Amino acid sequence: MAEENTNQGAPAASETSSSAPAERPSRPQGGPGGPGGRGPRPGGSGRDGGRKFFRRKKVCKFCTEKIDSINYKDVRLLSQFVAESGKIVPRRLTGVCTPHQRRVSEAIKQARNIALLPFASGR
Amino acid sequence: MRKYEIMFIVRPDIADEELDKLVATIETNITNAGAQVTGTERMGKRRLAYTVGKFNDGNYVLIKLDGPGEAIKEIERRLRVTEQVIKFITVRCDEDEKRLAKIKKLRDSKTRGHGSHQQPAPPAVVPAVEAPSTETPTV
Repeated sequence: MAEENTNQGAPAASETSSSAPAERPSRPQGGPGGPGGRGPRPGGSGRDGGRKFFRRKKVCKFCTEKIDSINYKDVRLLSQFVAESGKIVPRRLTGVCTPHQRRVSEAIKQARNIALLPFASGR
Repeated sequence: MRKYEIMFIVRPDIADEELDKLVATIETNITNAGAQVTGTERMGKRRLAYTVGKFNDGNYVLIKLDGPGEAIKEIERRLRVTEQVIKFITVRCDEDEKRLAKIKKLRDSKTRGHGSHQQPAPPAVVPAVEAPSTETPTV
């Protein structure tokens, strides 16, 4: 569909002005190439998107170090799970187990409310 | 009696004595509302993560208290009315403390009672090591 537009545009342009180039450079095909070519999406049910090899096993930081209390007050601990933009990092990147991720999320939201962590920082 | 923690931020441009007076007033309010103060902590002046009411810094104060749930409503109403307090958050902590105490008890009993059970573990590992060597062709 993009090609039809450029073809119709080129003869129209050449009619209106002689200085316009006869051939328009073809528009880069962003349409069908994008979503179709992605294929295996990362994350999901622990299969790494159909890859054959395993990514190294990520362990939950709280389970190994036996940190029991996740408080909204320890900003240093919580800021390890917050991206630069201020967003909470998903657990597939940090390797935290689900109950601890839920507690970390809750603590981060409490800390945001009391201005210990930003809601959004940077751009 | 439930345990709560109230953390609030006081404006940065008031003097130290005024801050003390303010915290004392709030503590009186808490006692009047029917709760008991178990601890107060000054976290000092900190930079806020975002601008709150035209301020970029604030004095953080943490008050721990024991009391019924209805008292919190009254305390929060008072905090909202106080002009020096710019932000506050109330967190309930008795369930959390109960959980931590349970974990601690479990861990203490494990290290004390099951210390003698370490020895049978090594002999059990030996047959497990031999088993994979017979299973290699399946991989």
